[in-house]
Formats: sequence, C-alpha cells, structure tokens
Amino acid sequence: MFDVIVVGGGHAGTEAAAAAARLGARVALVTHRADTIGEMSCNPAMGGVGKGHLIREIDALDGVMGRATDAAGIQFRLLNRSKGPAVHGPRAQADRQLYREAVQGLLRQWPNLEIVADPAAALLAERQAVRGVICESGLELRAGAVVITTGTFLRGLIHIGERQIPAGRFGEPASNRLSEAFDAAGFRLARLKTGTPARLNARSIDYAACQLQPGDDPPEALSTLTAAIVNPQVPCHITRTMPAGHALVRENVHRTAMYAGKIAGPGPRYCPSIEDKVMRFAEREHHQIFLEPEGLATDLVYPNGISTSLPEAVQLAFLRTIPGLERVEMVRPGYAIEYDYIDPRELGPTLETKRLANLFLAGQINGTTGYEEAAAQGLVAGLNAARRAGGQEGAVFDRADGYLGVLVDDLVTRGVDEPYRMFTSRAEYRLSLRADNADQRLTPRGLALGLVEAERAKAFAVKTAALVEARARLRSARATAMDLAGHGLAEKADGRTRVAWDILARHRNEPERMLAVWPDLRNIAPKILDQLAIEAHYEGYLQRETQDIARYRQDEDLMLPFDLDYAQVVGISTEERQKLLHTRPATLGAAGRIPGMTPAGVIALLRHVKRRPERSAA
Amino acid sequence: MPAPDTIVALASGSPPAGVAVLRLSGAQAFAVLDALTGQTQTLPAPRQMALRALCDPETGDLLDRALVVRFAAPNSFTGEDTVELHLHGGPAIVADTLAAILRCPGCRQAREGEFTRRAFDNGRLDLTAVEGLSDLVRARTAAQRRQALSAAGGEAHRTILGWRDRLLRARALTETLIDFVDEEVPDDLLDAARAEVAAVAVALRGALDDAAAGLAVRDGLQVAIVGPPNAGKSTLLNALAGREAAIVSSVAGTTRDVVEVTADLAGHLVVIADTAGLRDTADAVEAEGVKRALAAMERADLCIEVRDLTATSAPAAAEGLDSGRRLVFWNKADLADAELPAAGIVGSAASGQGVDGLRQAILKTARALASRGEHAVIQRSRHRTAMAAAAEALDLWQQPGLSEEILASALDHAIRALDQVVGASHVEHMLDIIFREFCIGK
Repeated sequence: MFDVIVVGGGHAGTEAAAAAARLGARVALVTHRADTIGEMSCNPAMGGVGKGHLIREIDALDGVMGRATDAAGIQFRLLNRSKGPAVHGPRAQADRQLYREAVQGLLRQWPNLEIVADPAAALLAERQAVRGVICESGLELRAGAVVITTGTFLRGLIHIGERQIPAGRFGEPASNRLSEAFDAAGFRLARLKTGTPARLNARSIDYAACQLQPGDDPPEALSTLTAAIVNPQVPCHITRTMPAGHALVRENVHRTAMYAGKIAGPGPRYCPSIEDKVMRFAEREHHQIFLEPEGLATDLVYPNGISTSLPEAVQLAFLRTIPGLERVEMVRPGYAIEYDYIDPRELGPTLETKRLANLFLAGQINGTTGYEEAAAQGLVAGLNAARRAGGQEGAVFDRADGYLGVLVDDLVTRGVDEPYRMFTSRAEYRLSLRADNADQRLTPRGLALGLVEAERAKAFAVKTAALVEARARLRSARATAMDLAGHGLAEKADGRTRVAWDILARHRNEPERMLAVWPDLRNIAPKILDQLAIEAHYEGYLQRETQDIARYRQDEDLMLPFDLDYAQVVGISTEERQKLLHTRPATLGAAGRIPGMTPAGVIALLRHVKRRPERSAA
Repeated sequence: MPAPDTIVALASGSPPAGVAVLRLSGAQAFAVLDALTGQTQTLPAPRQMALRALCDPETGDLLDRALVVRFAAPNSFTGEDTVELHLHGGPAIVADTLAAILRCPGCRQAREGEFTRRAFDNGRLDLTAVEGLSDLVRARTAAQRRQALSAAGGEAHRTILGWRDRLLRARALTETLIDFVDEEVPDDLLDAARAEVAAVAVALRGALDDAAAGLAVRDGLQVAIVGPPNAGKSTLLNALAGREAAIVSSVAGTTRDVVEVTADLAGHLVVIADTAGLRDTADAVEAEGVKRALAAMERADLCIEVRDLTATSAPAAAEGLDSGRRLVFWNKADLADAELPAAGIVGSAASGQGVDGLRQAILKTARALASRGEHAVIQRSRHRTAMAAAAEALDLWQQPGLSEEILASALDHAIRALDQVVGASHVEHMLDIIFREFCIGK
C-alpha cells in the first residue's frame, strides 16, 4: 500500500514523485523502464525565456529540475540579457546522459520512494474514485492518490514520411490500454501533434562552415543551491537552410503525414516543422539552425529548428544542402508524433480530475509541451496527491504566486487548442514574477507546505538575512548631489541628499559607481547586490501591479461551489452556460477568464452565488 | 465571514434643505434606532412611518423630532435591515445626528455607491438596469435618447474596440521581441509598435477633449444668467422657464444663491442657473452669493449677461469669457429710450419681448454642442476614467530608455483600462466603478 503512485518517469513524473516524497509520502514511481527515468526526449536544452522562470520556481520549491540541469549543463546562456531582468531567461544545454543520471541520483535519496518497472495498464477505480493502478504484469498497486504523467505515450503514433509506427517515443512502445481506460471513464480525449528533428553525428559536421555560439562565462546556474558549474563547457554552432533545401521540401511535402492529411491534431505554432516554415513563409530563403551537442561523451548533435516528418531519404538529402552538413551522417531520422491528451478543463487547480477523485494528471497528457511545463505541473500534482492521500486540503498556486500558477490556471480554465508553452507574456504580473526572485516568492510557501528540505531551508534563511541587512543599509546610506557629482553621477543640485538605494536603481548595471560613493557598502556580496539592484529598479513600476494583484485575489477569493447547478443561474446565455458546465471554474475570477464569458454573464453568476443562503451564512 | 459593518449616509441632497434623509443599512440598524429613540419609545412597525424624538444615546440631548421608518431584511432596498430617518434639514441637526450614529458600535460612513453595491450583492438589483439601459431609461430629451441609442448601437463600442485592437497589436509586436529572442524576427518591431501607440494616444486625447460635449448632452447645456444686481436676471429666468422659479422682487440682491431650472428646449435639455447680482458688497451672505455666481459662470457652457438699458453705467460682467460662450441680453427695452446697442438681443424680460430670440440663440448653442456630443465616444464618466487611465499609461512610451517589458506592461494597463469599457477583466473592479457612478448621492 502506497500513499501516492506516479505513473511515468519523465519530467512531470519525476517532479511529482519527488514532491510527494519530500512531503514524506510512500511513493511508487511506475514506469516501463527504470533506466529512462529523467530522459530528455526532444532537445538537449533546459530553460529559456519563461521556461527558465518555471525552473527557478520549481527550484524554489526544492524540486529536482534546476539541480539536475546544473549537474548536467554543458553550456549556459542568459537569454534577453539586453532587456530588463524581469524577462531574462536562464537556459542551459544539458548532457542527456548526465541529466538522466542526476535525476535518478536525486530520486534515490528518498527511502520512501520506490521505483516499479512495470508499465501501468489500467486504473483501479471504485465509486468515482481511483484506488490504484494495475500493471501489465497483472500486479495491483493500491494508493491514496494516483498521478498520471504519460507524456506522448497515450496512443502515440510516429510518422516518418509514409511510414507510421505506434510508439510513445522513438523505439519505445505506446501506452494504448491507459488511453482506453480514460476513454471508458468518460474523459474528453483529443489529439495533438509535435515533432523532433533528425540526430546527427558530430564527426561528420564541418564546424568551420558554421558560426560559433559560445556560452556565458561565467555560467549562471539554474538552482540557488548550486555553488559552481563543474562540467566542461562546450559551444553550440549556428548554420542555416538554403534555397536548394527548400526546393527539396516543396517537392516532397505531399509525402508527409501532415500534408497528406493523415494527421488531425494541430501542432504548436511556435515550433513549426521545416515543412511548415518553407510552405508558410515562402519568401524566406534561409532559416536558422542551432547545432546543439547532446553531451560530452557522445557524438550526437541535435539540429534545433528543423523538426521534420519527411521520408528518411529526403531528410538526409535535405540535411546535406545545409552549409557545414554537406557530408553529414544522420544517426536517426526526425519524426512527427501524434498522441492523445485529456482536455485539461477536466481538472481543478490542484490538477485532480473532477471526474474521478484521487486521480491527478500532469505534463503533456494535459496538452502542454516542454520539459519545464511538465515538471511544474508534476510538482503541483505530486504535492496535492500527497496532501490528498494524507487527508489534507488542496494547495493551489495562483497567477500572482508564479508562472506555475499561470500555467495551471490557463490550462484548467481556458483549455488548449495547440500544445501549450509558457511565455512571459502569459503572466500579467510579469514585473513581480521574476526568475531572480523566485526563491523570495515561493520558498516561504514551500517551507510552510513541507516541500522544502533542510539544506535549502538553511541556504534560504542565510540569503534572506543578507538581503534584509543589505537592503536596510542601502536605504539608509545618503550622499549629497555634490558628492555624487564627484563620482560622475549627475544629479540635480537641489540641496536634497540622495539614498544609495535610488542611485542603485538608476545605475543597475554599474554598481561600481555607487560603491565608489559609499565604499563601506563594498562588503555586500555581489549576488545580493545584483538582486537588490533589480528590486530597486522595478520598485517604481510595481505599485500598479500590486494593486492589480489585490483586485485579482478579491475575485479569486470568491469560490464557486463545484456542484453549482448552472441551469439555475438566471441571466446567462446558453453559450455561457455551456462553457461554465464544461469548465466548472473554481473561482469567480476563473469564470471571468473563460474565453467567451461576457461581463454580464459573470455578474449574473456573482448574483446567483451571492444569493445562495449557504454563502451568506459562511 | 464576519457580518459587514452597518453603514450610514445622507440619502437626500445636501443640507440645508426642507428634509434630510439619513439611511442606515446593516445588522445594527435597528439597534441604532433603538438607541436613538431611547427606552420610553417603541420601535415603529416595519414599513410604517412614525414620529419619534431622537436623542444622542451618550448625552441624552434631543437631536430632532423626526419621521422614522424601518425595513426588515430582506424586504429593503439593500436586502439588509434598513432604517431611514427623515430629519429637519438643518446642517447642524444632520451633522449631530450623523455623529451620534457613527459613535454606535459597528457603524461607519458608507462609501460611495455602497448601498447599491449591497443591494446588488444581496440580489435586490438587476444589473442590466444599472449600466446599459439606465441612460436610456433616464433619457429625458430627444438628444439624450439619440446619444443613448448611438451608444447602444455600438458606435462607441466599435471605436474603442478599434483602439484596443491597435494596442493589442503593439503589445504583440513588443512581446515578440521579449518571448522570441534567438528567433529570426525583424529588429524594427518596436518602431512599428511605437507608431501604433502614438496613433491611439492621439485619438484617445481627442476623445477625451470631446468628452465635455458628450457630458453636455447627458447632463444638459449649462446656462448661467449673470449681471449686475436688479438688472432683471430672475425675471428673465422666469420668462425663459415659463414658471415662477426664482423669487422675483425689485430689492437689489434678492437672489443670494444660485437657483437652477431645468428646461426642455425643443428636445434639448438646458439647465439655466440664475445667479446673484455681481457687485462689490459688504454683506457676507451676499458676497458668498457673488462668489458662487462667478463659479457658475466659469462652469457654464453659455453665459447670458443681462444688461439694464435704463441704468446709466454698469461694467460688463462677463468680459473675460470668449464670445462663443457669451450672449448679452439688453433688458428693460420697454422702459428705456436709450440708443439701441449693436450686438446682443434687445428685449424685456417683463413683457416677453426678445425672449423668443434669446431661446433661439440658446437652442443654437445647444444644437452645436449636441452634434459634437452625440458622437463623442466618451459618454459616461466611467468611460472617461478608463480612457484617461489608458492615455496616461501610454504616456510611458514617451519616456526614453525604458526596456521592452516595462513598455509592454504599460500597454497591458492601457488595454485593460479599455477592457473595462468593452469587456471584463476585473469583475470586482468594474462593479465598484459602475456602482460609484450609478448611485450618486446614494
């Protein structure tokens, strides 16, 4: 008997299992193969704009992704460095093998987490509640809560040219019986599509014909627990497609499943295949390709930007039109994969399904794409599964808590119509929700929930104390405009003194100038000073956002009963009634975010709920 | 949730007035009435008005003898226990009674629109009546009705949606630079966004300027009658209004305050204010009247300056006003044999001579304003507030050196401000604003 069973060993599954284990739950991680736990199925990179925020938030809640990325990172780059720090995107190329090993190593540290290498085949359900899973071998496992994180494995179907291969990932079998189980339980399933490029042999690439793209020096770690990046750092390279290659694509595009009309599910618009790029942007003569090494001990290279499902022979011919790839060896062809996902509006904000109690879903099964999006959901689902098994209330992160709250809320209130990826523009409180302050925002919550273990708790306390002390010193150090002018800091000579904090806000990128005025502030650690400079920089812009957050939370505080009889609500249109029935939003605010809900509809709903006697008595 | 406070506010116009109504709503409302009426008097039966002596519960001092009525929840305007005190309208009586109530436990002054908000929250009010249809229901004149219909027909809606679309586009361009770094996007996106923002900012500012005209249609053309004492201003008001609206006497300085009359002039709502005669005076009360007259003049869309043809010399009162807002009525032509002036209307308020011509002149101004105002995008102060907020947010784009995420955040604020007019993003906020506007004066 377990508290929590997690099905799937990808990024959602490992994060879910680890979160539940940190809470002390007895966890079984059920997967078809123990050695692929922590596999990066697609590109060998973690983070980026928006996604980097998610990793920092997962790290702030003591998750595994940030630590594993730092342990496996072979190139680190901070994206958007030229823009404001709220949209900086920490990113790393990760050695695929080192990443797997790091994740598996981290999972081994919890004695209460057991790995079961036996694919899950069916759900054990009684009276609208899930009690466990049945594995392919016939093994029955029972638990208080079950988290399903099967990624692209549900009725996965790979397309390479005219060939179709049922599979969850290249060379790994699909999971059809689970799909049937969801169907049988009445869940709304639909199809999505994604793709991956061919893998190349590094030894067959002429890098001299490509542009070098080095990483940052020094590299910036993803986890606040990482003292130093120890792996040797390697560069990426950039090349581009040529018109000759585009001609090949055009001649053969009818041989892809997509263009032959054999794929129904939509693919992500922000991650188009090379076929889509060539057909939709006919005027472009070139498309950029990043050649990303898959690891230190492997010759595999991932050509980012040319995912494809052309026939194998065409893929090779196409690759060889690209500068630097004239004699390239293709180790494995690219492919498109179609898979089942479950309409995430079947879920509440804890990621528990509304249809079956004790059942949680996380990752690509909910219509998302990306390791980081999967991991963030895994953490939320694992946390709540353990709480459910322990008889505790759900713990929800809202849109003002972090990107993981934005992600979950978007999924469960709006649903998806293409694979969902995180962008910073999805976060309305973006200036507050930064990658740099993820720990300040979320670690206290993680501590309260029991998600944060001793090592991080200690490191967080030390850092917070340093921030508090340095903040106070920066706010009290003063100088006259004349003193400042003496150090090349032009300020209006109005006889008023200036505070170090404000000078830091205006000269965020050159703290040296401020330190020259107040030399005794030099003993503030550079990392602490950096963080406070960002805080000071945004302070003036945050007032409006803070008010907005207060208003948003007012709407979120008005909970809508799950069993609300929408047929009784007077004054909403039939279309709105349909939408509300479909989503069953958790709060009035969430109802307002459902696409197509009108203000009048939301107000009618407010009236109805406020009228219910149990509300006024509450 | 704890029981909400019991709220109190003046439900009638401001004192001095014949009667002033204080309204209380909330769980403590009956307890407060009980405290005010003391042990010797009983509470009246619900929905029955009764005379009661009201005393300060602390000092026992008599506050007033007032008509009181109570409504038991949920059969009241707010759906809560409600009490109304119909006091004599002297400022001191109202102030003392209010102070005594506010000293009672659980009582506080109501915020703007709060009674209506509670009524709504308790399901006592239909919101469709609040916003879209309320102007239509209230439309008193043809011009108002046309404006309300134009808004209902979606003209304003379409214009605002157009701006919103352009801002959304500018935001999309900016966000592309942020979220799709490392991709091959053109580097001039921010310039394109800047052009969109500039165009919308200009349009928004223009609409805010037209707003004054829009409000004139809704609230009526504001006309002030000004001039020296005893020039016949009040007589003219009566002639224009067609009823005895102001006290008319020949004692100089009779009108010590501003008297307003609302008239329907060929389908246009016109609010005519009679003001105190303008002269230097030692009388403090009269001086206050003169001050108010000057303020009314300042506010007015049109000033009618009444000049006495029989008077030997009188300084022009409305010299500072531009000619578009100023009209001279040369009064008492029937009594004078002076040379007739070149500009203005000559006539007699007492005999009615020239009053029709004056009406036509007022109507001309009203029509000019209405033709602008009927199409003004901003017709309600809620709209105006939202657009002013949007315009202000867009000002940030004028500042040099701001990075993309801050510019995008300004756009987000501007778009969300417009959303409050054409859609909903913040339900509670929108409701608060609606109720503030809907329930003026409670």
